[in-house]
Order: sequence, then structure tokens, then C-alpha cells
Amino acid sequence: MSQSEPLPEPEVPVLEVRDARVDFAARQGLWSRGSGGTAKAVDGVDLAIARGEIVALAGESGCGKTTLARTIMGLQPMRSGQVLFKGEPVGTSSRKLREHRRHVQLVFQDPAAALDPRQTIYEVIAEGLRIQRIPGDESELVAEALSKAGLRPPERFFLKYPHEVSGGQRQRVLIAGALALNPQVLVADEPVSAMDASVRGEILQLLLKLRDELGLTIIVVTHDLGLAWMIADRVAVMYLGRIVEIASAEDILTKPLHPYTQALLSVVPESKHLEQVILAGEAPDASRIPEGCRFHPRCPLVASGEAERLGIATRCTTEDPALAATKQRHSVACWAAEESQMTTAGPGASP
Amino acid sequence: MNLLETRDLRVSYATSDGPAPAVRGVNLSLQRGEVLGLAGESGCGKSTIATSILRLLPKGSIVEGQILLEGEDVLTMTWSRLRAVRWTEASIIFQGALHGLNPVRRVGDQIAQAILIHDTKATAKSANARACELIEQVRLPVRRARAYPHELSGGQRQRIMIAMALACDPKVVIADEPTTALDVMVQAQVLNLLRDLQRELGLSMLFISHDLSVLVDVADRIAVMYAGKIIEQGPSTEVFRQPLHPYTEALGAAFPEIGDWKYRKAPVGLAGDPPDPLDIPSGCSFHPRCPQAVERCADDDPKLRNLSASRQAACLLIDELPRGSQ
Repeated sequence: MSQSEPLPEPEVPVLEVRDARVDFAARQGLWSRGSGGTAKAVDGVDLAIARGEIVALAGESGCGKTTLARTIMGLQPMRSGQVLFKGEPVGTSSRKLREHRRHVQLVFQDPAAALDPRQTIYEVIAEGLRIQRIPGDESELVAEALSKAGLRPPERFFLKYPHEVSGGQRQRVLIAGALALNPQVLVADEPVSAMDASVRGEILQLLLKLRDELGLTIIVVTHDLGLAWMIADRVAVMYLGRIVEIASAEDILTKPLHPYTQALLSVVPESKHLEQVILAGEAPDASRIPEGCRFHPRCPLVASGEAERLGIATRCTTEDPALAATKQRHSVACWAAEESQMTTAGPGASP
Repeated sequence: MNLLETRDLRVSYATSDGPAPAVRGVNLSLQRGEVLGLAGESGCGKSTIATSILRLLPKGSIVEGQILLEGEDVLTMTWSRLRAVRWTEASIIFQGALHGLNPVRRVGDQIAQAILIHDTKATAKSANARACELIEQVRLPVRRARAYPHELSGGQRQRIMIAMALACDPKVVIADEPTTALDVMVQAQVLNLLRDLQRELGLSMLFISHDLSVLVDVADRIAVMYAGKIIEQGPSTEVFRQPLHPYTEALGAAFPEIGDWKYRKAPVGLAGDPPDPLDIPSGCSFHPRCPQAVERCADDDPKLRNLSASRQAACLLIDELPRGSQ
């Protein structure tokens, strides 16, 4: 219905990540013995985001989605890989990084925690302008940012403190703080998870509006696939530091191909029509990434013998599947999906 | 007789600005073996009801009305009677599993201790045996009894909390957002466990959540609260699929079904915040945010009315033109 069906192939993506890898020293307890090793929080991610696109990074906690978002913002040094802004590699000098962070702004998760209770709303917004040394009339810029975020008339909010406005308005203040710097990209980390149910919709509507009216590109980091359904153009599902499936939100949320995406979708309370596939265990440990397909120890296809029947069981446990395009703009890293693609190849890929 | 019943329950918290009414006249009933879902946003009073049932409210709170547990009023019980009632008659599973456990004691011992305190006939040996049985019942390996809380994952800790709540075979289990802090996959595991246990043991539960799509999977009936009152009540599928009250509708729309094209790129929300208990709007407390409000909504406070044999709602407009099917 909308413009989202076949997204025009962008000339230069506004943001691009090439083979990003981020390691952390694995957590060592006070009494734990032996070496901690390294946790591969992001383990080879390629992602290109077009101008004006809303992309959701989804997955369980510990899958690397927040680390990837921080990497994109230049807040997280990489072991290897590249982040490009409008085709130009983002430098590593502090001046270059500051410049990059002006273009790519973060919206924090919990406004109650992110706002200084002793700072007026004016000060909150003006602080960013001063740090980035944005030229122009300060109060005008603050007013403009507030009204873009839907806080109108803006002057009414200048001298208020965070506790004097509602929860939804506090989140708008954070968004206004990001907008003041006139960024090209917003990174919203769980933008509504700390909010009351009835207020969520308003903030999501605002994000859609900012994209439509200002052409902002938005990266939403979320565990909530229902949220992705309401606002995202594309969804990337991450598992253990890797994107395992990426496609348009319509495709991935109604016809997921990766068994992990299928399982994740089936357990969301907002998907009543699917039969639940509950995976055992919790989000796995990034310091011990399994051999072969990283999902195979929890994969229902492997456990049920389906992989065996397809003749891919050995591949699943020994070969790491790459993210391969199965059809137009739908990519998946799974041997079974690749197999079925080969057998059902031919015309009429979609209904 | 209802297993649990509240009659015109009113609870106010003491604040520096005077008493803040959190629950404003709530009548609830829970039958034996039934699961009642209590829905609403933060501050609507749903957790206050949970804590008032076991009289766990902070000092200075004012509680009026009656809370009948098998016909016996919890609010007039002596302390010793109340101690006996907690755990054996009613127990609570809280949201944050980490804070409910003692960090320096093995989880098996903590369960056994709860049994020893409340069951006068129990011996150390029988309590330990029962603790191991409970740990298996929540689908954890028995050896986890020897673990300390920090050695367990969030989901495992929540299972231990469930085991503890079941330790003394309570008649009513109150689950206050038991899965909210957990990851989606773990949330599904814990919800499934609760559902299975409910069936196996025929538990009677009061299940509290802000998410209607979670409640519809576990509860037989759902009561929706707003600003300290119940505004809609009925069989859970009906309340979820055909909400009568505009607020219930908005609450459901906050978590729409994935694949529902009505909500694709069209999130729905309400303007404003849930009201401050110290400043509750006149008339229908929902009217300032209600998309359908008319003038008299600001003056008349609608009562919770029977609209069919099983469904109730408190809305002036529904009185006039009943919408939903049925």
C-alpha cells in the first residue's frame, strides 16, 4: 500500500557497516578461575541503511543489537570493520567522531533516568547545542527542536523541569534533544519499553512522522517484534552477534525463513495464530559461539531430525552459513533455507 | 462461596500532599481453580490490590472495605493469624526475582526454610525433600537446589520464586507481572510453566499484567483497571477480542497482533498520561483522554454495569448504545 514495497535501491546508503566485529573481554567473576577469553558481541555484520529508512534491530538480550547500534554511532571501538556515513569512512580521531555523532543521534531508553532532574528542559536541549558548538540563535534552535518533537508551544516547556511534564512528554524532550543537532540518523534504543502502554503509540507515531516530514533515517533497537510491525520498513534479526535474517518488515514478520526468527515470532504474545516454538535455555554466551551454524544447538530443525532428513545436519554443525539473499531483499543465514530455495527455485517466488 | 473476594476495597497511600487514593472501590471475586487477569497501566492500582490482599502495604496506608479469603476478612485478622495465612493461604510471585531471594543462601535452603516456618509438622528432612520436589516441579534439575541466586539466570530465579510461592500449597497464588523483566523467549518458558502448573495443581490465581495479550493466554476472566477502579470485566477472549470500554480498546491497541494490517505503520496511542492519584479528573476519570468522550462524561462518573450475563463495563456511552456483539 505504502511506499515501502520495493524500496528504491539507494545510490549511497546514509549509513553502512562493513564486516563489523566488536570484542569484549569476557566477564570474569571475582573467584572465577582461568582466563575469561573474549566475547564476540558483534561478529561480522554488514548492513546498509538507506536515507529515510526505519530499520529495526531485533533479538534477545545479549544478541549484540545494542553493541551494533553503539558501533554505528561511533561510541564503540571495533576490532575490525568499517562504518561509513554517506559513503565516507568515519574517522577515529575525536574531532571526526564528534562530527559523526552530531549526524547520528541517540535517543535513550528511559527518560526518567536520562534526564537530569535539576536541569530545565531548555538547558537539556541547549547543552547539546553548546557541546557541538552549533551556530545560531540558541533559544530559536531550542524552540524549533521542541516543536519538531511535538512539544508546542515550545516556550511553555522552556523553564519546566522533567518531573513537571508527563512521561510521554519526557520522551519527547529526549527526542527534541537529539533533533536540535539536526541529525540525519536517529538511533532509538528500546524507545518505548519504559513507557506505559497507552503512551507508547504516541511516541511511535512521532518517530514515523519525523521520518516522513524530515526524511530522518531511524534505527530502532528493540526486542519487541510488535513494535517493528508498527513502524519498521526493514527488520534485521540478530543472534549471537550476527544478523541471521533481514528483510522487509512485512516479509520477515509474516513469512520468516530462519528457524530462529520463526521461534522468536511464535513466542511473542502478539502473535496468536502461530504455534509456539519455545527454545530451551536462555540467550547463549557470546564468549562461546558454537561451531558451524551458531544457532544449531538450539535449532528446532536440528533437534527434530528435519535437518538430517534434508541432508544438511553435518553442514549445520560444521559450516557457518553466510547471510544469503533468497529473494528480493530477503536474506537469511540458514542451510535449510538455502536448501529449500534450491529445490523451489523458479518463478513465482511471492504470491 | 468465592475463594477470594474484595468488597468495595479502597486503599490510599500516605503522601506529603495528603492521602493518595490508589484503589477506589473495587469488587473482585475469584472462584476456586480460576485465573483472574488484572490489567492496567502503572499507577492504576493493580499492584496495590495484590499487596493489600496479604497486607503488605507500607505503613500509613489507609485500607477500607473487605478482603475475604474463604469468607474470612484479611483486614481484621490478628498478626499471628495473618502470618499463618501468608504462604499457606495466599502467596505472591513478584516481578523482580532477584530481590526476593537471599543472595547468601542456597535457593533450596530458602524454599525449605519457608516450609519449616509455616508448616509446624515439617522436619528439616521433610522440608528439604519437599524443596527438591518443588524444584523439579518448576522444571529445574534437582541439583540446582544447591545453587546460590547469582548462579542462576533470570528465568531460573523466577522459577525458584514460583517454587517458593507453591511451597505451602497456597489456596491463592498472586502473580504480579511475573514475566515482565524477562526476555521474550524466557517469558514464554515461564508463562508456559505457570499455565501447566495451574492446570496440574488446579491453582487459583490472580494474574497481574499490563499486557492484555499476555493475560488472554493465561486468564479465564480479565478485569481492566483505570485510576483505581475496574472499568471493564468479562471472559478474557471477549475482553481481548471485543473490548467494550474505549480504554480497554486503547490498551489492546498498544500491543497489536503482528500481521494485523490495521496497525501496520499505524501505531495507536492515547494522548496524555494516566491520572495522578492526587488529581483524579471529575466524572469519568478517563474522559480527558477518551477519544469518544462527550460533554456529560466530565460530570457523571459511570458505574460498572452488567451488560450481559458475563460482561461488565463502566462507560456512559456503552449504557446508551451497546457496541460489541454478544
